[in-house]
Amino acid sequence: MNWRSAATIYRFEIARAARTPLQSVLSPVLSASLYFIVFGSAMAGRLEAIDGVPYGAFIVPGLVMLTVLVESVANASFGIYLPRFTGTIYEVLSAPIGALEILAGYVGAAATKSIVLGGLVLLTAAFFVDYPVAHPLWAALWLVVSALTFSLLGFVIGVWSKSWEQLQLVPYLVVMPLTFLGGTFYDLDVLRPPWRDAALFNPAVYLIDGFRTAFFGRGDLPPAACAAVLAGLCAGLLALAVWMIRSGYRLKP
Amino acid sequence: MTPVLSIQGLSKTYGDGTVALDAVDLAVERGEIFALLGPNGAGKSTLINIVCGLVRPSGGTVEVQGHDIARDWRRARRHLGLVPQELVGEAFETVWGSLVYSRGLYGKAPDPGHLERLLRDLALWDKRRTPVFALSGGMKRRVMIAKALAHQPTVLFLDEPTAGVDVALRRSTWTLVERLRDQGVTVILTTHYLAEAEALADRIGIIDHGRLLLVERTADLMAKLGRKELIVQLERPLAALPEALAELPVGLTDDGHALVYRYDVAHEHGLIAEFLRRLDRAGIVFTDLKTRQRSLEDIFVELVEGAR
Repeated sequence: MNWRSAATIYRFEIARAARTPLQSVLSPVLSASLYFIVFGSAMAGRLEAIDGVPYGAFIVPGLVMLTVLVESVANASFGIYLPRFTGTIYEVLSAPIGALEILAGYVGAAATKSIVLGGLVLLTAAFFVDYPVAHPLWAALWLVVSALTFSLLGFVIGVWSKSWEQLQLVPYLVVMPLTFLGGTFYDLDVLRPPWRDAALFNPAVYLIDGFRTAFFGRGDLPPAACAAVLAGLCAGLLALAVWMIRSGYRLKP
Repeated sequence: MTPVLSIQGLSKTYGDGTVALDAVDLAVERGEIFALLGPNGAGKSTLINIVCGLVRPSGGTVEVQGHDIARDWRRARRHLGLVPQELVGEAFETVWGSLVYSRGLYGKAPDPGHLERLLRDLALWDKRRTPVFALSGGMKRRVMIAKALAHQPTVLFLDEPTAGVDVALRRSTWTLVERLRDQGVTVILTTHYLAEAEALADRIGIIDHGRLLLVERTADLMAKLGRKELIVQLERPLAALPEALAELPVGLTDDGHALVYRYDVAHEHGLIAEFLRRLDRAGIVFTDLKTRQRSLEDIFVELVEGAR
């Protein structure tokens, strides 16, 4: 492994985000804050507690996960698509850097940015609602692996996309709806058949439920099933991303 | 001595069936300046891009300093620097940041002294804190050269390095290339400017339709193919070539105002004198004499058209 090369890409990507703090940080944090203002404060009194958890606190893990998943995909897909679009990707492809170093740089930077955003959303939530964190280490690990997994998905999308339109397609037409429908705002048990069974095919359900379990000590699904889905997604996307780089798929004619 | 760059049977057919390279063999020695000439679409950039890992070859092998670019790609690529044809760069990054990034990609430890020398050599030191987008086209071109040299490569590829730049920058690029050669760097460049290849290159390769038509030392090429012409301006135009000159390699210009005698300096052996004597005997009066060396451009056009 050529760690210095990976660190170079990582620093470069982080510096790029640091040049646009409003777009990179303020915008997603503001969006999440609006959810807390509406659902956590303004409407919290009218909404019932779920399994003894006040509604305002119940939506915290889902909203953090929503931010992390969407931002991971958006950051990583943009990070690799931009040099493809401008042509600067030639520097990376002609340097003595392997697939894992390239991924460590691009995916690591995208995941870092979304983890920071997730942390900021969590801090913002504390201004509006009280929430417990039953298993802090589990929550932290879950956040990191989820960010890495969806940053890998973003990288794959960034390599696959042939246009800016395609780049936007998956994050906003697939990832965001799946996360919204994955139990961000509701408990799975409120869904009636066949919708509850259909929801089990949505990977975001497992990610949000696993994260929520780390907060409240219980969830709708077995933690092992949630962990298996997350690990499977991560491994599958890692294999796909490595194959794309090594084969030169849409990177080298 | 092992060549710095060894290419054997290199071929590339793109997905749409276009044959960009057809069994190219080439060896480039350490420290030489090699110019690759060819019309648009001849395969010059494809060849460079395959060596640098940007295009997948369809067949053949490439070795850089003895390292196969497929099997031992990390070691091979460490030796290579590339200045691509298009002006590309991270627009909002500073000149200094761009160079630090380029060096870091090759896994090299930071060396601010080397980067400073590079920027001073390329007259960019005063612009080190300027974002790349704020530079002129010529400066961006120099930044790209500096980026390619940031990791101290031993083989530098310059793809059309002086395309669209002014005369002063072209001259300074030539000076830089010669200085790099003096430092032991092998320079492989593609160019449309034949004068550039003639002035700069130790050897020249001519490529067309993916086939390498010729590789020669520049001096040998000019001596072998760069025949001269003696142009005799006539006092009165001729309607046809006189019988007395028919055995000689002489032609009459279309307007009949001049005779053109083509000869090879190495094999001339008094034929010019014989030509002039025959003119005198035939009573043909001339007002001026001048000679012209056939340029590389003439040779290039002849070779490329002959291959089609």
